[in-house]
Amino acid sequence: MAYSEKVIDHYENPRNVGSFGKEERGVATGMVGAPACGDVMKLQIKVNEQGIIEDAKFKTYGCGSAIASSSLVTEWVKGKSVDEASTIRNTQIAEELALPPVKIHCSILAEDAIKAAVADYRKKYGGGADAAPEKKAAD
Amino acid sequence: MNDMSARKQPIYLDYSATTPVDPRVAEKMIPWLTERFGNPASRSHGYGWDAEEAVENARAEVAKLVNCDPKEIVWTSGATESDNLALKGAAHFYKTKGKHLVTMKTEHKAVLDTMRELEREGFEVTYLDPRPDGLLDLEKFKAALRPDTILVSVMLVNNEIGVIQPIAEIGEITREKGIVFHVDAAQATGKVAIDLAAVKVDLMSFSAHKTYGPKGIGALFVRRKPRVRLEAQMHGGGHEKGFRSGTLPTHQIVGMGEAFRLARLEMAAENERVRMLRDKLLAGLQDMEEVYVNGDLEHRVPHNLNVSFNFVEGESLIMGMKELAVSSGSACTSASLEPSYVLRALGRNDELAHSSIRFTLGRFTTQADIDFAVKLIKERIGKLREMSPLWEMYKDGIDLNTVQWAAH
Repeated sequence: MAYSEKVIDHYENPRNVGSFGKEERGVATGMVGAPACGDVMKLQIKVNEQGIIEDAKFKTYGCGSAIASSSLVTEWVKGKSVDEASTIRNTQIAEELALPPVKIHCSILAEDAIKAAVADYRKKYGGGADAAPEKKAAD
Repeated sequence: MNDMSARKQPIYLDYSATTPVDPRVAEKMIPWLTERFGNPASRSHGYGWDAEEAVENARAEVAKLVNCDPKEIVWTSGATESDNLALKGAAHFYKTKGKHLVTMKTEHKAVLDTMRELEREGFEVTYLDPRPDGLLDLEKFKAALRPDTILVSVMLVNNEIGVIQPIAEIGEITREKGIVFHVDAAQATGKVAIDLAAVKVDLMSFSAHKTYGPKGIGALFVRRKPRVRLEAQMHGGGHEKGFRSGTLPTHQIVGMGEAFRLARLEMAAENERVRMLRDKLLAGLQDMEEVYVNGDLEHRVPHNLNVSFNFVEGESLIMGMKELAVSSGSACTSASLEPSYVLRALGRNDELAHSSIRFTLGRFTTQADIDFAVKLIKERIGKLREMSPLWEMYKDGIDLNTVQWAAH
């Protein structure tokens, strides 16, 4: 299978692999996919009191395109507000990485991961666009 | 340890996909391309007689490896064609006796797709599940046979997991019931001893390119006593006693003959060497946690190691091992998104099927190759597990079977 240079780059030098400590504040997690499908993505966002994503981390079980899609997403969400991050579309991810048709579903999963993380954020910290996250005890 | 970064080509550990032509075989073939190029069917001059003699010598070598009469060997373009000729040929010929065929879910696509085609024509096919170790359950097999069963097909050695099926026992059962028994032995020649005088097999498919011969040539054993009848699939000239028309490719046949001759002479010693290397590879990998061998280790050819690395997806692993040529599942299914159907049939859950790698060693594999492979695999698995949310959950003591996945 021929991978684009960008996919190979993200695979060999993945950005932001890892997990936030359980005690850290403002962290929301989205986990999508299923082992049976061969793709599981975990995306974590760390949101500051202004509702801006200041850091992101990922872990992915899946092929090179899945790893690249989730790695790219952690780069793209940083510095965006939670609402802005929700507007990231899989088509943008697929274009950036030059994904072949058979791998488009990896970009869809990455978009779902962002949405899942955002949903988790709203559930934990409540509020709409510019609401500051409530101070919450560590999970 | 060798500095592998100087290598241009990856280390080849995919011998079950194909093998290089042994240089000794290639050397034997070449004169038949440019100098001794006659058509073996040309009865009227020396060019033809010369080629015919070479064809018959090669036929005898193939027969010697498997202990049958040379008259029982029909040349084909490969094991896929042999499978087609055997299955379609026998099913069509014996269709007035019955319409039921039996095979296994773990067969090669050449058999499975041919069976599907026969189903389209109106035959009924039973596809048996293997046991979790990959072997056929003989009791289940007996229970699947019906009064209208006319043909059974079970491969001798499986291409994905390398397990060896009990064809001697199966032959006893089928012969007793008058059922034609076909065996795909493409992966078996040169790896396990085959004695067609001792097993009650009626049809057997052979491939040259799995045994250090050229691609594009194979053979089908068609038993004469008791006689097996087939409907020919290739018409046009009546070559090979009417079984398979088409001008015989002398150079290819010479290649297959020489490859099978070398296999006969060198199999015992080669198996020992390859087994030692395979076991070293396995030992090196079993240093890691959560590594599963797919298929029975005992009833298995010494060349094959099929392993699942839990919590790491197979394609991402292969991508990270560009210096090794291996496969995840069989070559024929690598284009699809499906996990290996063979591993699924063993009962492996989807995660383990998705995370499997097949290593197949061969004549030219060295100790240095294995040492390098072990080191590389450990490093890459380590890196990929660090990236895997499933590995993280496992380390946290979470049972993945209890998780509700938000599948898309």
